[in-house]
Amino acid sequence: MSINWFKYSSPVSFYPLAGRLMPWFTGVTLILMAIGLYLGFFVAPTDYQQGEAYRIMFVHVPAAWMSMFIYLVMAAYAGLGLAFNTRLSSMMAKALAPTGAMFTVVALWTGALWGKPMWGAWWVWDARLTSELILLFLYLGFMSLQAAIDDPRRAARAGAVLALVGAVNVPIIYFSVKWWNTLHQGASISFDKAPSMATTMLVTLLIMSVAFWTYTIAVVLQRVRCEILERERHSDWVIALTQEKQA
Amino acid sequence: MQDFFAMGGYGFYVWGSMIVTAVLMLLEPLLLRRRRQQLLRRIGRSGDRARMRSQRRQQQMDNSTKVSHETQT
Repeated sequence: MSINWFKYSSPVSFYPLAGRLMPWFTGVTLILMAIGLYLGFFVAPTDYQQGEAYRIMFVHVPAAWMSMFIYLVMAAYAGLGLAFNTRLSSMMAKALAPTGAMFTVVALWTGALWGKPMWGAWWVWDARLTSELILLFLYLGFMSLQAAIDDPRRAARAGAVLALVGAVNVPIIYFSVKWWNTLHQGASISFDKAPSMATTMLVTLLIMSVAFWTYTIAVVLQRVRCEILERERHSDWVIALTQEKQA
Repeated sequence: MQDFFAMGGYGFYVWGSMIVTAVLMLLEPLLLRRRRQQLLRRIGRSGDRARMRSQRRQQQMDNSTKVSHETQT
């Protein structure tokens, strides 16, 4: 079976596809969230070192992962838009940024609330925390740059350069706990070691992570639909669509 | 039940994390929904205006052809 991918790189055909996919991702998100929170609060055992406080991990770690993944996906879409001048890729990059920034805020916030009881400080200027804060500034910089330039094609190009240059920060965040002696604990899950936590904790963490992924996909699809409507508002198909909605 | 909300003395930190995360992850889709509705309404209105404009232009053209017919006869 061959799929004509180019067909879906045009906003006109991507718009209805995104609309059809979105409810499925929303549904999966709700189900996984319910399972994840149930496991996280009622099944996963108390940690022998951190007591109940470790349960913050079930939102902190997925949010922190998402903040990094979304940045990489955003930079990839922005780069694609820069290289091939495809409008939809630039719109995807623009649609990903607010959700990425939101997860960065969640990671920093939950991190502060986890740091206070464990380290005795809301915030320390350690490599992990500082580089994550820089990630937030990169997201905000990308969004304000897009908002400041009126011509969408120039805005996309300028944003793409910022996104690609800023991508170097993501490996710095990820490896910061290895490269420097940080107060932040090491990776919760790594590829070269056996997991250091109980199986139920690990399963819960993975379920929550998948839920955050599907949440991101649902929200970003909806936002890219708004972007498409905004940029194509003078085209016949968008006007026909809104007339249809009103009738 | 009381124990559950106390979270072994970490209640403030655990629930403070969960509630803020939940608020943000509910707020984002809600704001997006509002943006979409406003957008559809705005585009719908400008679509109406465009249609009226083209109807008016059509009428003017009809009138002017009628006038030219009258002057001819």
